[in-house]
Amino acid sequence: MAVILIIIAIFLVKSWSGLVIIGAYLFINIFLAKVHPKFVLKGIQPLIVILLFTLLIHFFTTQGEIIYRIWVLNITREGIQRGLFIAVRLFYLILSTSWLTLTTSPISLTDGIERLLSFLKIFKVPAHEIAMMMTIALRFIPTLMEETEKITKAQIARGADFESGNFIKRIQNFLPIIIPLFINAFQRADELSIAMEARCYRGGEDRTHYRQLLITNTDYIFFIITLIILIGSYLLII
Amino acid sequence: MFIHLKNVSYTYNLNMPFETEALKSINLKIDKGEFIGIIGHTGCGKTTLLQLLNGLLEPTEGQILIDSIDIHKNKQKLREIRKKIGLAFQYPENQFFEETISKEIAFGPKNIGISDIELEQRIKRSLKMVDLDYSLYKDRSPFSLSGGEMRRAAIASILAIDPEIIILDEPTASLDPQSCYKLLSVIVNLYQKYNRTIIMVSHNMEIISELTKRIIVMEKGRVIMDDTPRNIFKYSIQKLESIGLSLPQITYTMYKLKKIGKPVSSAILTVEEAKDEILRLVKKR
Repeated sequence: MAVILIIIAIFLVKSWSGLVIIGAYLFINIFLAKVHPKFVLKGIQPLIVILLFTLLIHFFTTQGEIIYRIWVLNITREGIQRGLFIAVRLFYLILSTSWLTLTTSPISLTDGIERLLSFLKIFKVPAHEIAMMMTIALRFIPTLMEETEKITKAQIARGADFESGNFIKRIQNFLPIIIPLFINAFQRADELSIAMEARCYRGGEDRTHYRQLLITNTDYIFFIITLIILIGSYLLII
Repeated sequence: MFIHLKNVSYTYNLNMPFETEALKSINLKIDKGEFIGIIGHTGCGKTTLLQLLNGLLEPTEGQILIDSIDIHKNKQKLREIRKKIGLAFQYPENQFFEETISKEIAFGPKNIGISDIELEQRIKRSLKMVDLDYSLYKDRSPFSLSGGEMRRAAIASILAIDPEIIILDEPTASLDPQSCYKLLSVIVNLYQKYNRTIIMVSHNMEIISELTKRIIVMEKGRVIMDDTPRNIFKYSIQKLESIGLSLPQITYTMYKLKKIGKPVSSAILTVEEAKDEILRLVKKR
């Protein structure tokens, strides 16, 4: 919950001082959660390109006081400011979500989502089914990745080449990986549904949980602290 | 010396929090014409070793020499090596993707640039090597086959690259006894009739002791024994059991006979040998 609040806050904050406060709060939390810094950094790594890209786009496209010119591109003071601002926002966004996924198990995460969505049941939204599908999807990501690696290796052992050739050729080269991957995934889905059926699975109404999600005092305290910090940083205008 | 591993170590997720050392300074020499069985408890590094032999993984330390060439010195060499060493993973039928068996088998040879005229020859020959009839099977979908046929077709798709060494990771896993028997006779045929070098991983001690000529026992990433099946099963019962492996059932039987005072040899590997040994004992009376 609090993470969602933080994310909302990241989008709402307008001033630099607010950003600094939220950033400090995030880092303290990550530190308290005892997440290995290497993991956090690894999560950010692939997104650096996107960060730089947004930074540059803002540098060049914002109207305002021109401070530097490259050919037809104008870098403006406002551009730099806004670019940095958005980039830091994005950075926090990634940081907070990876903090969430690194500290919370997928199961409690989906349970939480189910709880949050349950008010939608009045509008006949199948909250439980959505949560279940998410759990299954999350559960099979590592399996699929493992399998991709295995199939890739098997096809390389049969002389497949994934490194050379032009663009179209390369896409064609991936068919021997994708097709077996899909076939196996479908088979697995089939088996899973049969196994669930065999254990008399019925979702939704009246289904109890093995793990009960409890909102403890710590959660309330954390929630309130977060809320205060958010409102505070939102109100700061300087 | 065909394959030579010099002090090879392999670590997964090097320099990461999850770093695990799968292989620790392995020294191994494998000649052409050998029939090797690799045994060891789950997670002892067997599969990692197989992938190193084929050049799919690069050792974190040490060298792998094949025909006295370091295979990781030159990337171009690596593809040559993979032509010489065919690797069939566990459940090789999971890599099927084509509509017909002949197309499936053609995948390997096409990748290494075999011409169309030779292609059909190769398909015919590799199907014959695994004892599947070309005219009956060539146009069938690989997914319509039975488990045992699928497994053999998958092995044929590896044979089509014409490797000198064939590495099989648990070839008989989850096959019914009949298909299992059929597949083993195919493997023996590859060794005897087609003169291929075979390296095979299996959990079935009966299979390993009957077929192979040399056994490599692995434990926690190390090679702890490397000898003929007879020597291994004769001298190392306690040692094998202490690392969670068993002996062939018939070896146990003979071992127990010896324990209760019958003068039989305990280095018995097959039921046939046991029969002769017991008959000899009975006749002596």
